[in-house]
Parts: sequence; C-alpha cells; structure tokens
Amino acid sequence: MTRRLMEGSEAMAEAAIAAGCRFFAGYPMTPFTELLENFAAKLPTAGGTCINAESELEAVGMAWGACATGARAATGSTGQGLSLMQESLSEITRAELPLVVFNMARGQSDYYQATRGGGHGDYRHLVLAPIDVNEAIHHVQLAFHLADHWRNPVLIYGDYLLGHTAEAVDVVREGFDPLPEKDWAVDGSRGGGGDPRNLNPIGMVPGIKGIDPDSFWKRLQAKHDAMEAAEKRFDQEHLEDAELLVVAFGSMARFARHVVRELRAEGVRVGYFRPITLWPFPSEALAQAAAGVRKVAVLEQNAGQMIDDVRLSVLGAAPVAPIGGISSDSAGFGVGPLLDIETIRGRVENALDGSGARA
Amino acid sequence: MIESRGTVVIAAERCKGCELCIPACPPKVLRMSGERNAIGAEVPELLAGCTGCGACLLVCPDFCFEIYRFETPQTHPGAGAAS
Amino acid sequence: MSDIIRTDRPPEAAARKTGEFMPTLQLSTDHDLCPGCGEPLALRTVLESIVDLGMSQQCVGVIGIGCYTALTSIMDVDLIQALHGRAPSVATGSKRMRPETLIFTLQGDGDMANEGLQEVIHTAARGESVTCILLNNGVFGETGGHMTATTVIGQRTKNSLDGRDAAYHGHPIDMIGLLAPLGGTAYAARGSVHDAAGVAKTRRMVRRAFEAQLRGDGFSIVEILTMCPTGWFIPTEEGPDYLDTVMGEIHVTGEWKRDGQLLQQAADPPEAD
Repeated sequence: MTRRLMEGSEAMAEAAIAAGCRFFAGYPMTPFTELLENFAAKLPTAGGTCINAESELEAVGMAWGACATGARAATGSTGQGLSLMQESLSEITRAELPLVVFNMARGQSDYYQATRGGGHGDYRHLVLAPIDVNEAIHHVQLAFHLADHWRNPVLIYGDYLLGHTAEAVDVVREGFDPLPEKDWAVDGSRGGGGDPRNLNPIGMVPGIKGIDPDSFWKRLQAKHDAMEAAEKRFDQEHLEDAELLVVAFGSMARFARHVVRELRAEGVRVGYFRPITLWPFPSEALAQAAAGVRKVAVLEQNAGQMIDDVRLSVLGAAPVAPIGGISSDSAGFGVGPLLDIETIRGRVENALDGSGARA
Repeated sequence: MIESRGTVVIAAERCKGCELCIPACPPKVLRMSGERNAIGAEVPELLAGCTGCGACLLVCPDFCFEIYRFETPQTHPGAGAAS
Repeated sequence: MSDIIRTDRPPEAAARKTGEFMPTLQLSTDHDLCPGCGEPLALRTVLESIVDLGMSQQCVGVIGIGCYTALTSIMDVDLIQALHGRAPSVATGSKRMRPETLIFTLQGDGDMANEGLQEVIHTAARGESVTCILLNNGVFGETGGHMTATTVIGQRTKNSLDGRDAAYHGHPIDMIGLLAPLGGTAYAARGSVHDAAGVAKTRRMVRRAFEAQLRGDGFSIVEILTMCPTGWFIPTEEGPDYLDTVMGEIHVTGEWKRDGQLLQQAADPPEAD
C-alpha cells in the first residue's frame, strides 16, 4: 500500500490514467479546473495527451475524435460547461462511442442534466455518483470499463467537495472482465477494401444510400433498455425495522449516512439508501427498502430533482418529503450551509416527527 | 476526314442531364442528344474528334465517363463537331 | 447522324483505358446530389489524392453536415461522422491518438464558416496536423438555398431575397484570407471545380495539403468552390460561369500559403510536383 493524502481531483486523474485513459480535453471552470490541471500534469508522462481546449464545445469534440480511434478518452467540466457539450454528448451516444465525462458540479443541481440529458433525441448515459474520493477512484476505472463494455458514454457526477477534499487513498489499477476487441474503432486501416468503417450518429452505413432512423433508434433503445436492466447500483444500511428512510446521493449521502448511523446508535429507527448509479436509477431496490417505512426523506442539494425518481420508485407506498434544498456559497460553487452534520441531523429529526421512528 | 485519338464510354443511365460536360470538352465533340434516359434526363452524345483528354470525366458530377485512348488514331468520314 | 460515335460500350479498336468512371476509393457511383452539383467533383480530388499518396489504408475522414454528407455512403474510407461545425475538433482528437494517420475533414461553408468558425480557427492556430477541406458553394444547399457566411454581396438566397446587402446582412468571410495568416497554418489554398483545369489544380492543392500534413508541417486547408445551381436558382449549365464570375470575384483561387510562407498574390500550384 502506498496511501497518500490526495485531493479528489488528483485521485480521479490518477485513476483514469491507471484505467488506460490517454486523452483528455477540457476548459477551465471551478470546481472542475483542478481535474484538468491534474490531467495536464500527468497525462504526457503516461504517454497521453491533454489539450486545453478553447471551449467546452471543442473539448468534447476532441474527446469524441480520440475515443473514436479506440483510445480511452475523457472530457469534463461543471454542469455549466456540460450544457455546452450536450449536442455532442447526445450524438456521441448515437455513434456508440465509449466516452467518459466528468461533471465536477456546483452542488447537486445538475441531477436532471445528468440523468435526463440536455441534448436532443432518445439517449441515455450511465451515471455514477461516488460518495467519496476512495469510491471515486473505483468509479472512474469502472466508468472506462462500462463505457467500453456498452460502447456508451458514462458520466461521473462529482462536485466541489469530491474534487477538493483530500483523503488518504491508494490508486490501484483494478481488474475487470475481459472486453471484446474494439473492432469498430476507426484507425484508418479499412479504406480501399470495400468495407470501410463509419462511426456514424445518424445511422448511415457505408455502401448504403440514405438512412433508416426508425430501426437505428430502436436498436439504440434496446441497448439502453439492456443497460438499464443490468447496471443499477445502490448502497443501503439500517433498513431493519426502519420507520424513516433517508435517500441521498454523492457527497450529500456521506452526510446522510453519518447522521443515520448517529441516530441508529441512539436507537432511532432510521434507514439509509443511496443510489450509486443515478441512471439507471435503482428503483426496485429503493421500493423494497421503502416497503415498510412510514416516510421517505430525500436529502439533495437542489430545488428537488432526484425526488422525482424517488417518488417514481416508491409509487405512493409512503409519503416522500424533501429535506434538502438549494444551499450555496456566495460564489455559487455549491459549498453552502447545508453541508453540515448538525443542520442535516436537524432536518432528519424534523422528518422523524410523525414517522414513528422515535418510538 | 475527322480523327479520334480517344473515345469515351458514357454511363447514360445515371446521367442527370446537367450539361457540364458540353462546354468542358476542349474539341467540342460532346453535345446533348435529345435522347432521355429512364430518369428523364437528356443525355450527351459523342461526335468524332475526341482526344481522350478526360475533361468530361473531371467535370461530371455523376461519374458517367470512362476514357480511352486509341493505340492508333481512328478516322471517321464526315464533318465531326457541328460548327 | 453518321458521325455519332457509340459510347455505350468500350471501343472495339485497340485502346488504353486512361480514366475510370469513379476513383478507386469509391464504393459506387450512385448518389442523390442534384444535377450540376460541384461536390462530387471535389470528392474526386480528395479521394484521388489519398490514393496518390498511398494512404488509402491509413486515412480517416471526419465529415460535417451538409449535402456532401450523403456522399459518405459511397466513400471507401474510414470515417467519423461529426456534428455540424465540429469536425476540426474531432479530427484533432483523432490525430493526437493516431499521429501516423492522414486525417482530413470535409465541411461545407455553412458547417465551417457559420456553425464551426471558432473550431477551425483554433485548430489552425494550434497548428494541428490535420487537413480541412471546405466545400464552399456560398449557400446552405441542403436546406434549399439559404445565405451563409460566405454568400457574396448581391447574391440572392431564400433569406436574402433581394441579394445580400452588406448593410443589412453583413459581409461575406474570405475563409482562406482569414486562416492563411495564422501561425499554425502551413498550407492554405482555394481551388475551384467550375472547369476541368480547376478540378486538376484543386487536386494538386489537396495533395500538397496532405503532403504538408504528412510532413508534420502543421495545419492545412483547401477551400474548394463548388457549384450549387439548385441553391443559386439558376440552370445547371450556368453553374460554372456563375461560380467563376460571381463567387470567384471575392473568393480568389490559388495557393495563399506554402511551406508556412504567405504568398504576395495567390498563385497556381506548381504543375510538376
């Protein structure tokens, strides 16, 4: 073990390189900037390239071209920068390319963007939301694996806290199941033989005139349905005899988990559920976790976005109440007063009233 | 007597009748024929006097021309290109 | 009609075939572009240049969105289909990961000069070793003849019905004039396919641009003026003359930059090279 005190940004860049990432392009923006800085510092010595793109539009385009050749490639920004990238992210999905995208978000208000997407058409991204730096190291490597496995973009949802918190971690290259050859990758070698490749987001096929959008889109839908069925991930604890279930993701889940453990130690019947994949949302597992509770409390640092998915999972079996909310620092980076154990404990305790958890 | 140093094969079935080949032909031996193909496009025809230069091939958007150069120039009776 | 020569089959007399219907890097001749379109002619210059340099199996095209996108179905080249305007960035990522590969973009004027102007400027300024091919017909052909950033003053389009008016619509952009001076640009030229000589010159330009890329000299661009009689609302046979006289007046043909050196005056590419 070579544990080292490392900020999340550095750990994620190291994890990406350990996973074989050889291309990164980005445009500075707080709190994503340090991730870009780390890729810029580390990739060249790992035989890779990091380009300081002239806009997020160009960053995602460069990463598109890099992963199209079969290289492991990533890009990222904050949610604001990802807004600019949406058109490309949607097309890259339809071209079935394995891009990894980091959203070092300003808080959790990009949940809709991450899970619904702001781009055009029917498309889906896998979304992993690590709870801490250690899990981020795992998620980054998993993201590259899943991107290659499904030939689909995978988004890592981080935030200021994840990027800037230093934790003692060890970046170890993980092993995954073997992946098929990237025989789809465009390396230029298939020209002139009558069977070239065309990595095409609009369904064009070499040698065939015109397109068949209907069957093309339905084929993608079938893949996304398979992804949805296969990739739901979640974490849960203290569900036994719970009267109140607290649901949270990413950094907020770390606070929620701590509060639930504290309250359990005091004999309060409260449980904890964390979607690890925001898409696909672990609906069935959440429904099961909420089966016996009297109330579900959703802690998220936004005006209420994930709560939609919680309600669609619980389906009225128990009342679902928001206990988070918008909470920002003066710069808008999402480091607000809500990021505080006592505050969150107070909100959970308020939600306990009438839940029967404090019997 | 008109001499043809070359000739062309015209894939008239895919001609769209744009007429770009007519002015492009240096010896002026291509002209519109009045004949129409299956898609209704009027197609060009070749008169004696082709040099096999390939200008028609370069300007044809529909890849309708194949170019040949005779080993020995062919001679034809008649006036060749309409003056 | 005795002097009409049979052209429905190869000649019976001994003859040597000197020109094939289509370039070897084409899968078929079948495409749906309009009669008199210049884009298939430009495609020929690109495909033949790839073959000339022996790069058929080491070449990637990054394609923009426009009428020419339909031509990708007949190209026997590895391709990445990009978004409207974004091809230079996509090409950048591919080139960085595959530096030994010949990488070119194929973009229209709407794609490059309107939607993607920033991308091509930065790609040129970075000196990225890719070749951008701009097919400039001065209109959005695919939407049916609308004004682009290269539409010339006075030109009638569906959204400049009385002709482009500088005071109202703004001025056209001379793309080669804009990109040639940038430090990262190694080679910049504008060709035209309005006649056979223009096609031949354009092909030399494309090849010289590719050679600059393969030498690692930096960014290279060839703009190719192409006819769009449909979008110009003129008879097909008038396309070449319209291109030469109306478009060519502002979009001056010739090589503008060679070996990283700006030329005083745009010049033809050398014959024998």
